[in-house]
Amino acid sequence: MTLTLPSAVAPAPKRQALVATAVASAAITMLMAGMLGVWLRFRAAADTRMSSDGRKVIKDWLPSDIKIPEVSSNTMLIGLFFGCVMAQWAVYAAKRDDSSHRSVALAVCLLMEVAIINAQVAVYSQMKIGVTDGVYQTMFYAITGVVVVLLAVGMAFTSVTWFRSVGGRDNDSHVVAAHALYWYVLTAVFCAVWFVVYVQK
Amino acid sequence: MTTIHTNVDVTAAGSRAASLVSVIADWITTADHKKIGRLFIGSSLVAAVATAVLAAFLGLERISASSYSILNGDSVVQLFAAYQFSLVYAIVAPLFIGLAIAVVPLQLGSRSLSYPRLAAFGFWAWASGLIITLVAIGANGGPGGGNSNMVDLYLLALGLVALGLSAASVSIAVTVLTSRAPGMSLLRTPMFSWSALMGAMATVLTLPVLIGTLAYLYVDHTYGRLAFGGNVDVNKWIGWSFNQPQTFIFAVMAVGVLAELAPIVAGVRQPLRPVMLIGITLVSTAALGAATQSTHAMSWTGTTSDKVQEFIPFALFNLLPILGVLIVLALGGLAAKAGRVKPTASFVFAFLGTGMILVGMLVHALSLIGPAALAGTVAQESSTLYVVYGAVMVALGAIMHWGPKLWGRRLPEKEMFGLAALSLGATVLSSLPYVLAGFLDQPANAVAGWSYDVSALLNTVSTIGHALMFITVLGFIGLAFKHFTTGALAGDDPWDAHSLEWSIPSPAPAGNFADIATVGSAEPLLDVKPPRQGVSA
Repeated sequence: MTLTLPSAVAPAPKRQALVATAVASAAITMLMAGMLGVWLRFRAAADTRMSSDGRKVIKDWLPSDIKIPEVSSNTMLIGLFFGCVMAQWAVYAAKRDDSSHRSVALAVCLLMEVAIINAQVAVYSQMKIGVTDGVYQTMFYAITGVVVVLLAVGMAFTSVTWFRSVGGRDNDSHVVAAHALYWYVLTAVFCAVWFVVYVQK
Repeated sequence: MTTIHTNVDVTAAGSRAASLVSVIADWITTADHKKIGRLFIGSSLVAAVATAVLAAFLGLERISASSYSILNGDSVVQLFAAYQFSLVYAIVAPLFIGLAIAVVPLQLGSRSLSYPRLAAFGFWAWASGLIITLVAIGANGGPGGGNSNMVDLYLLALGLVALGLSAASVSIAVTVLTSRAPGMSLLRTPMFSWSALMGAMATVLTLPVLIGTLAYLYVDHTYGRLAFGGNVDVNKWIGWSFNQPQTFIFAVMAVGVLAELAPIVAGVRQPLRPVMLIGITLVSTAALGAATQSTHAMSWTGTTSDKVQEFIPFALFNLLPILGVLIVLALGGLAAKAGRVKPTASFVFAFLGTGMILVGMLVHALSLIGPAALAGTVAQESSTLYVVYGAVMVALGAIMHWGPKLWGRRLPEKEMFGLAALSLGATVLSSLPYVLAGFLDQPANAVAGWSYDVSALLNTVSTIGHALMFITVLGFIGLAFKHFTTGALAGDDPWDAHSLEWSIPSPAPAGNFADIATVGSAEPLLDVKPPRQGVSA
């Protein structure tokens, strides 16, 4: 016997893309939190020594011959913040069915991602360190490499959203919102990486 | 005439081959959640058989502690690596993720899984990662392995396994959060679906930590071997992911199965339902302990203040999941008291299996208390076995329970009761001796080099337990193969159950629900069924 329940009209979509991005963002946050945790553990365990004038204790974590290119790393951070503004502009335009502004905002977002990855390459080339040079160098490449992978995923997401926008998907506002959420999370994650790896070193 | 006959044969053979190719292609490219779920379930049951054989093999080697009988030092390290990996990532995790993928959309009244291709990607990533991991371990590339290229491959493949399971978990979590039938609030979500949400979220929050650590290990091992101790220390960094409390996360859904079945066999609405949901959620707090990657032990030394300071994190990270299981068991008992219990073999599997999981959690907590002196002993393996084999028992019950919706037929009760008893014996015999051996200081992950009086007896009993588990799972696969293909038709609602999946034909048709139903309570079918005899509505 098949039981009959009161029927209903098909429910409206519940913004699956946004929820999926939120869950994936939680995963990304844990990924980077775990990596930063290991980084901090290594830094805390690094040897210490007195400075030549005997006034302060120096932690031998960052090799003395390595200079962090602050301009490039700060450019990455600024680029991510600017990308957030563009992503939010796309959401604003999508809610108003303004397809031209939505597409322009997403295109600028994509451009920013290219610029950020370019800045990361600049960081690598200016630092002139090899992955086999030491503990710091190995870990630096691992953690920044994962950030680059997350940026590449963001580029793919932006490209898909942009193509859908250009292709005339005008009822796509939840996907545009999901894209913006990814940008916010990516920016927050990079803020933590920027502070721990590039500022505190 | 002869020519015609030959042509018929050739045509028939060609047609059969084309049909076979079509079936294989259909399964490989499927986005049907019921098929993806069955791929996970079938693969992990096969893995369970293989792992029980491996465990029995390692048990045999441990019977004589004075020397190596069959293996050598290198192969022992690699076999233990394969054993630990398989228990968690080839059996318990994919088994319940597969069950959730197959069952959750049906329970929610949804026509499909959210992002089914993500779940399919999850399966193929997990399956290929599993095979590559075992190949790498077999080629001396596991933790401590001497073949550096294979160690690199092992690290990559383990990352692929974690990525696959995470992807499938995202799909499950999004389904529960976005694809419920009208009227089904989160608090009205069926118990198993709720546990699937909790388990999936806990997986999504912990496995990325493993992936991040693997990224460090891979870069370090491939290029410098400066920071992480090379191949020798691989398990120092990722060993937490094969142990408790990570295994508790994969057992959350097992506890959810018991919470689902208890009110069904009692024929009542679950009393104190929100508390039951909290109980399941408490089990998933094991994610806190896993994500911190550290053991929150209690040395039980120093002043009272020191003991209290140690006890708080110990309780938070180790006792909360135990409290969760106790709540589920207690409320299950309350449902039984309120109703008229008609025990089914699937319920017996779930009840006994959850009991075994609870014992595993208690053994784990005990092993972290300093005066018990169980750290570094084989008691840790015992805890893992209790949890994993207990979860396998629950999974067998769950497959039996939801089998009608996936295959349209049911398994025979009598034989399943027998298998439930056999699986209980297998779990106790394989695990309990290692608790005792732990108290007698038998070291973990070793097959020789200790000495105590009843060593041969304990290790022999444990080996027999593994052999029994091999027979249990193999027997289950055999019975399932027979009865799910040619057994008795199940009917739409063979268990007199409460949730939406039992309102549609068995097996569930493509697209699951022809009409979307409105849900008016947490047990929507009880709203339209007459109450069971002797039970008040």
